[in-house]
Amino acid sequence: MRLERLTALELVEEVKSEAIKAEEVVEYFLDRIKRLDPKLNSIITVNEAVRVGKGALAGLPIVVKDNISTKGIRTTCGSRILENYVPPYDAEVVTKLKREGAVIIGKANMDEFAMGSSGENSAFGPTRNPWDLTRVPGGSSSGSAASVAAGLAPISLGTDTGGSIRAPASFTGTVGLKPTYGAVSRYGLIAYANSLEQIGPIGRSVKDVAFLYRIIKGEDEKDSTSLPSPDFSLKDVEEFEARGVKVAVISNLAEKVDEPVKKRFSRSLDLLVEAGVEIDEVEIEVAELALASYYVIACSEASSNLARYDGVRFGVGCRTNTSWREAYREVRRLFGKEVKVRIMLGAHMLSTGYFEEYYLKAVKVRRLLREGLKRILKKYHFLLMPTMPVLPWKIGEKLDDPLYVYLSDALTVPANLAGLPALSLPAGFEEGLPVGIQLMADEFQEARLLGMGLRFEEKVGRPEVAEL
Amino acid sequence: MKAKIGLEIHVQIVSLRTKLFCSCSADYRDKPPNTNVCPVCLGLPGTLPVLNERAVEEAVKIALALSARVNRTSYFFRKNYFYPDLAKNFQITQYDKAGGLPLAVGGHLKLSSGKKVRISRMHLEEDPGRIFYETGIQEARYSLIDYNRHGVALVEIVTEPDMETPKEAREFLERLASLLDDIGIPVSRYEGAIRCDANISLKGGARVEVKNITGFSAVEKALAYEITRQSNLLKRGIKVERETRHWDERRKITTSLRKKEVEEEYRYFPEPDLPPLSIPESLIKKVEEGLEKPAEQAAEEYEKLYGVERTVGMRIAKEKRLRRLFERAVESSPDRAKALASLLANEVAFMIKRGVSIPERPEGLLEIAKARQDGADREIILDLLSDWVEGRQVVYRKVERKVDLDSVVGQVFAENPKAVEEALRNPKAINYLMGLAIKKAGKGVDKKELFSRIREALDRRRRGV
Repeated sequence: MRLERLTALELVEEVKSEAIKAEEVVEYFLDRIKRLDPKLNSIITVNEAVRVGKGALAGLPIVVKDNISTKGIRTTCGSRILENYVPPYDAEVVTKLKREGAVIIGKANMDEFAMGSSGENSAFGPTRNPWDLTRVPGGSSSGSAASVAAGLAPISLGTDTGGSIRAPASFTGTVGLKPTYGAVSRYGLIAYANSLEQIGPIGRSVKDVAFLYRIIKGEDEKDSTSLPSPDFSLKDVEEFEARGVKVAVISNLAEKVDEPVKKRFSRSLDLLVEAGVEIDEVEIEVAELALASYYVIACSEASSNLARYDGVRFGVGCRTNTSWREAYREVRRLFGKEVKVRIMLGAHMLSTGYFEEYYLKAVKVRRLLREGLKRILKKYHFLLMPTMPVLPWKIGEKLDDPLYVYLSDALTVPANLAGLPALSLPAGFEEGLPVGIQLMADEFQEARLLGMGLRFEEKVGRPEVAEL
Repeated sequence: MKAKIGLEIHVQIVSLRTKLFCSCSADYRDKPPNTNVCPVCLGLPGTLPVLNERAVEEAVKIALALSARVNRTSYFFRKNYFYPDLAKNFQITQYDKAGGLPLAVGGHLKLSSGKKVRISRMHLEEDPGRIFYETGIQEARYSLIDYNRHGVALVEIVTEPDMETPKEAREFLERLASLLDDIGIPVSRYEGAIRCDANISLKGGARVEVKNITGFSAVEKALAYEITRQSNLLKRGIKVERETRHWDERRKITTSLRKKEVEEEYRYFPEPDLPPLSIPESLIKKVEEGLEKPAEQAAEEYEKLYGVERTVGMRIAKEKRLRRLFERAVESSPDRAKALASLLANEVAFMIKRGVSIPERPEGLLEIAKARQDGADREIILDLLSDWVEGRQVVYRKVERKVDLDSVVGQVFAENPKAVEEALRNPKAINYLMGLAIKKAGKGVDKKELFSRIREALDRRRRGV
């Protein structure tokens, strides 16, 4: 049986009905990773010392992004500085996965410290797009998306600070959910920008994503920013009624996209109309400032979060016989270029005289944007946009054009700034490459979001496994 | 030479069981290095702080004990700087700029001279770890770090530069320590539970900060040293520059750490992992009640400090509103304590009994107490009280009462013929008549004048007029 063609839910059913043993499932995917991942470079650490447990996810292999702490399994964040770091504790989401019997078979490659939109900024080498190995898979959850798209794992966890789940989901033709801020515990997620990021699932079907999201969500006393969220069942998602649903396209963002994306997006609108959805166009003020606001806030927080990597308590240490300042400098040389750029930008923007000019203004834009989006979501059930404004580019092609890469986040950052849930859905192919559309909803409306996603998936067809 | 001295005091909340943001023990002393730690206080990647709610309660207690105003909402900020004793290379603290607010502002502590040292602000923050230089900071070729203490809850108390001598600074610290001991935060029992930095400036010179002072006598010594050093510079016409200095306990001198021109850049910004700290009114009330002494003890103190009769003191101490008014008002005018107490225990207590709603502000009460002291009429007192209750300004002017002294004397003579007879024979017996006359005329009467009127009346009797 070609197990990689089954969805996560189907696999769980197969194991439950004893049609196949959990151990065989795990073995099967470990074997695929070993054989095929050298082409993709989607996994940094393969975990062969797996134990199959009991529960709703019994025997389900999962790939977890390498910025989510896993006790006893090294967690590198895609960085040299954490090359040998083995956390002594599990992230809350990992505890939940294990409790349900899931098996973490690998730690996914990623842009270093989740800083990047292409998957190229990893100290362990770039991840490749399974639909075209010369192209980027999107980032920063590059390995989480690429491995699932290529059937190296049925499902994975990524993290999304400014689009890091949705961008690679869009570039690899997978489904990715960025939950409401606070819906999933961040305990154990190695911070890039705390006030923006969330952990979320990436899968090859909306139902798989809903299934995993239901397991990882929930308030956690170890994360003071986490919140209780409404319960829902898969049935709620399956029974979602699309007829009469009102969707607003944010025209001042959706227009600034490349032609092939525009084409696929307008085809998607047709499919939605066929499903009975009513579509309007709206403009949101300050939407154009979202990207700037995002980079100011993210870099500011990052500059502080990443200060702890000094080699004193964990990770790569410094053995040279110098002053502590020298020793810190020595260790921090191990950061990649993009990480250094963002630390410097952030430190600069928090400095006396610049704080008001950058940080406080960014916070203000963030508030206005949130208010604007919430206002529109009072009249419409969902907001709709393409996920990425461009098609996946060639690996290395944009290394000298960082602005191009930053601009590719323009459509994904609003959801993070506003703390709203957003779902990226495969919308078909253009020029042989996947294109995704993105639905955004009001806080804690994940069930509806997934329901609408499922109706769209039925129209467009469930994504295939990329053949390597 | 008088100086302007301000203190920045770090108080460990030694009454807590756990650290400020994790569940490690707050009792870090005498433990093998780096054994009282967890992923959170070691700042391991991915860990998040969770605020210890008891720490908030204790900090509020300190604030209220210093009569500070607790901010209903305050914020945690990150203070970013690289130093090996900080596991995250930033400290979670509070900030009063950039939209931040500290836990509490205002307040004061009184010295034995009666002088009030004002508190400018107080905030909650985490204690750093400890660095050991086995051979002293100058010679050490390496340093050892112990994170056992890292994350212990601190309250930072910043005073206004209200102290003028090293002795006052020392007294302030001693009084603060004993106050903290009294409210159940026994800082005196633990070494290093209260630490401070001092700011000192002399007229004509810039402000100098002295760090690393441990112990109250060291504060006095370090400040005395600074006064000598700075005044010598000033005498020789050399500018005292703004700088930070280090107290060298061994050599008993201060040495320059850094000039303020290269002031550190802390890049403060709001801590994204913690929601705003909101303190409900109910918590403030609860802490306030916990701080109150038993009525017997309070009454005993009123007697000892102000000479208020025990029964009167008890009536005040037992009623929360009276007690609060008394304690707030008496501070500034202890000489009016008895009159104030009588006023509260009688008229004001009666008003409360009748269901009159009594203001919380003590302003005006002292004015009324003065009236009581001067022996003002009951009607005047009641009048002034109603001004106070209704929020009008209380103005008491001693009114010269136009008592017809001669008619008072006439009445006394008519009512006490025997005493008059006696006084005519024996000049000493005049005092008895005087007493009766004062009683009749009221306390505010001009006694000298009254006495001479009595003598005149007796004279007239003798002459048979």
